[in-house]
Parts: sequence; structure tokens; C-alpha cells
Amino acid sequence: MAEYLPLIVAALIPLAVPVLALAAAGLDAALTARARGTSVAVGAARPLREITRLLRQQRRTVLGADRLLWRIGGVGLIVASFLAVIVVPFGDTVAADLPIGVVWFNTIDVALWALWWMLGWGANGAYALIGGYRFLAQALAYELPLMFALTAPAVAAGSLNVGEVADAQSGLWFVVSMPIAALVYLVSVAAFSAWGPFSPAAGRDLAGGVLGELSGIDRLLVKAGRWCLLVAGSAFAVPMFFGGGAGPLLPEPVWVVIKTVLVLLVLVFAGRAIPAVPPQRLAEIGWVVLVPLTLLQLLITSIVSATGTGGM
Amino acid sequence: MIASVLFWISALVAVVAGALVFKVDSMARATYALALSFIAVGVAVLTMRQDFVGIIVILMMVMEMAIMAVFMISYMGMNPALMPMDMTHAKRPAAAIATIVFVGLGAAVLLIPWPVIDPQPVEGLTEQLGEAMMGSKMLVMLTVSPVLFATIVASVVLASPRGRYDRYGDRLRGPAHDPEPGGLGR
Repeated sequence: MAEYLPLIVAALIPLAVPVLALAAAGLDAALTARARGTSVAVGAARPLREITRLLRQQRRTVLGADRLLWRIGGVGLIVASFLAVIVVPFGDTVAADLPIGVVWFNTIDVALWALWWMLGWGANGAYALIGGYRFLAQALAYELPLMFALTAPAVAAGSLNVGEVADAQSGLWFVVSMPIAALVYLVSVAAFSAWGPFSPAAGRDLAGGVLGELSGIDRLLVKAGRWCLLVAGSAFAVPMFFGGGAGPLLPEPVWVVIKTVLVLLVLVFAGRAIPAVPPQRLAEIGWVVLVPLTLLQLLITSIVSATGTGGM
Repeated sequence: MIASVLFWISALVAVVAGALVFKVDSMARATYALALSFIAVGVAVLTMRQDFVGIIVILMMVMEMAIMAVFMISYMGMNPALMPMDMTHAKRPAAAIATIVFVGLGAAVLLIPWPVIDPQPVEGLTEQLGEAMMGSKMLVMLTVSPVLFATIVASVVLASPRGRYDRYGDRLRGPAHDPEPGGLGR
């Protein structure tokens, strides 16, 4: 039985991630409905109505679209979110216990650069293409801080294996001992999901940007993919910064899910509260503020680890 | 066995995707065909149990190609790269050079007396590879990397059409005059 557990977890990921994503989308729609003074229940069901609408909607064809790249970008987001979660340990069980899981997650996040841009390019429309470029401009601002933020827990744990990073937090969670890295990581999750302040790539000022020309099942996959990425980022934050499965009474896998939901809630509420930032302004914030801060965080973490109190 | 099959499949994908770079008619597809080729190379490296190196190859190359697509499309001179275009030029010399290089490298692969490897799994493979490749040349690398980095910074500074005097005026005072304000209001 025990040898099949990773397979069972791997099979559950493509089910559980979209369910959490749907819940998050429902919450977001319900909050929007409340802010507008319309029925909260009707608002919460909006994502479900949107799914049934898009499933029945026929694809619009776009003249001169680069279908191959467009479809890869469309399917890619949701696939990337599943691939990111396979390295997250649920207690002792990991779908794929890679020795370099942290780098794996980083690679998935870099693949998003290509996928978001392909979405913009494939549509053969000016607004969609500008949306794709907006995402790349934003990616250049958040990627280096994100890389350093991921390096700090790996340095403190002395391992690139996600499970070992989680185990290294038995004394103190990394969110406490390296708050800057944790904050930068969460900001970057919102950024690679094009969520909240980082949504201009799909902005209304661009008639939907990368979403603009999408219809039917393609649009559904991309919209679902965005929420799934937010879920995947929340799930990966748990072993990296929030002590993995550690917690009283309940079994470890349950704690991982509970913490994932809590991180997701923080991301949803924070993303709604912060206004969109133009991508061209993000580079200065990323490189003048966040890169030095994360490097400082890395320096402190390295010194603490090297002087023997490492593991913390 | 599975590793060998995977290696040959990824080697084939790498070569075919590399050839596709010159067959497709769009800058975007050419760039991402090259990205696919590099991903296949990364997978081939993974089959040699070089987890870190293989994944890093994929990470760096996908990132680089995402940026390269932007440059390829914006700098494709007279022929706007938003339209279908031929990916080849100077065809005859290119074909000759490609053939010579391929034959040369292929011959080198077959003729070099490679060291016989111990088939037992080794601990710390990445570290050993790093030691073997870089160990005796660390001083050179330590000297070259700051020089390379300084060159990049210097060329960006020289290429930038707007220096600090354009931004702040002759006395380097006051708020910056930028066409697009940065995020910090400096």
C-alpha cells in the first residue's frame, strides 16, 4: 500500500488543485458581489455559471492566429500548476520526491514567462500581444527577488529537497526567521499568477490583454489556470516557509491543506485590496528595493547557518 | 534501460527541434523550437543522473528564449517579424559551415578516447562534475566572471541613450525628467 501513496497523491493533485481554485474564484466573486451590493450567493456561484457558459460556447476563430503556440500557452498554465504541486510533501508522502525540488518549482515558474507570452502572441491581436509583453516586463522585475527568496530556505536547510526544507523548520518556521523572503515569495506568487496588483497583463484597459481574444474552452483553461497557479504557489509556500505538515492533533497532510487554504486566503484578500501596478514601474521597485532586501536576507540566513545555529 | 530510451528520444527531439528552427516561418516559432531543443538537451542531461545541471539547463534556456523572442521580433529590421518570414540567409556558406562543424564534432565524439566510467551510482555527482571541470581553473573563473559582469554593466551604460545628466540636469539636482516615471518616484 505504502508504495502506491505517491501515485495516489499524484492522481489527487489534478482534482484537488482545481477544486481549491474554484473555491478561491467563488470567494473572489462573492466579495465582488458584496462590494456591489448584489446577492452574495449568486456572486459566489458566478464561477460555476462561467464554467458552464464557456464549456458550451463555440470557439471564435481569429484570423492569422498562431494556433500551436496559443494552445500551448492556454493549456500550459493549468498543467504548470499541477507540475509545481508534485514536489510538495504531504506529510511523508510526495508525488515526486525530487532531490532538487526547489529548483524544479523555479523552473516551472520560469516556464510561465514563455506560456503567458505565447498566449499574447498566439492571438494575433495588438492588445493580447501588449498583454504578453506586460507580463514579461513584470517577470523581469519579480524573478530575481523570487529566486533569492527561494534560495534562503534552501540555504538554511542545507538542501534543495522540499521535504528536507520542511523538516528543517521543526524549531522555528522560516516565515518567522526569514520574513523578507517569505513576503517576497508571496508577492511573486501573485505576480506569476497575474493576480491583484499584477493583473495588468490581462487588464481591462487592454480589453482583457492576453485574455482578450480567448473564447470557449481556451478561455476557461486560462482563467482556471490563473487560479490554479495561485493555489500551487500557496501549496508550495507551506513546506518552504510555514513548517510543512507540522501542527497539533490533526495528521500532517491535513495541516498542509489547511495551511495552503490559509495562504490562499491571504493572497486573495491582499490581491483584492491592492490596486494594479503598471508593469513598467515594477522594474525599479524590484531591482532597487527587493533585490537588495532579498540579498540581505540571504546574507543573514547564510551567516546564521554557517555559525552553527543553522536549521534554526 | 528506460534511461537509455529516454536519452535517445530526447536526443532525437533536440536535433529535430533544432532543425525546425530554420524550417518554420515565424520568429516566435523559431525561438520556441530552439527552447524545445534545449529542453530536450536538459532531459538528456537528466538521464545521466545530473539532476541539478539538467533542470538548470531547462530553467535558464526557457527564460532566455522568452526574452530572446522579444528581441528577435523587435529587431528584425526591414522585414517586420510579425509577418511570416524565411529563417535562413546566406544559405550555401551556412550549409557548408554546418556540415563541417557537424562532421568535426561527430568525429570528435567517436574518436576521443573517453574515460571508462564506473557504472556504480556515485554520491554527489554534481559536485564531482563541478570539481572535475572547474577545480583547477577556479582562479581563472574568479577573475573572468567580474570582468564579464563589468563588461555587461559598462556596455549597458554606454548603450543607454539617457545618462544621469539627461535625467537630473547639469547640476544633478532635483527630480528626474523621465519619459516614463519609475516605481519609486525618484
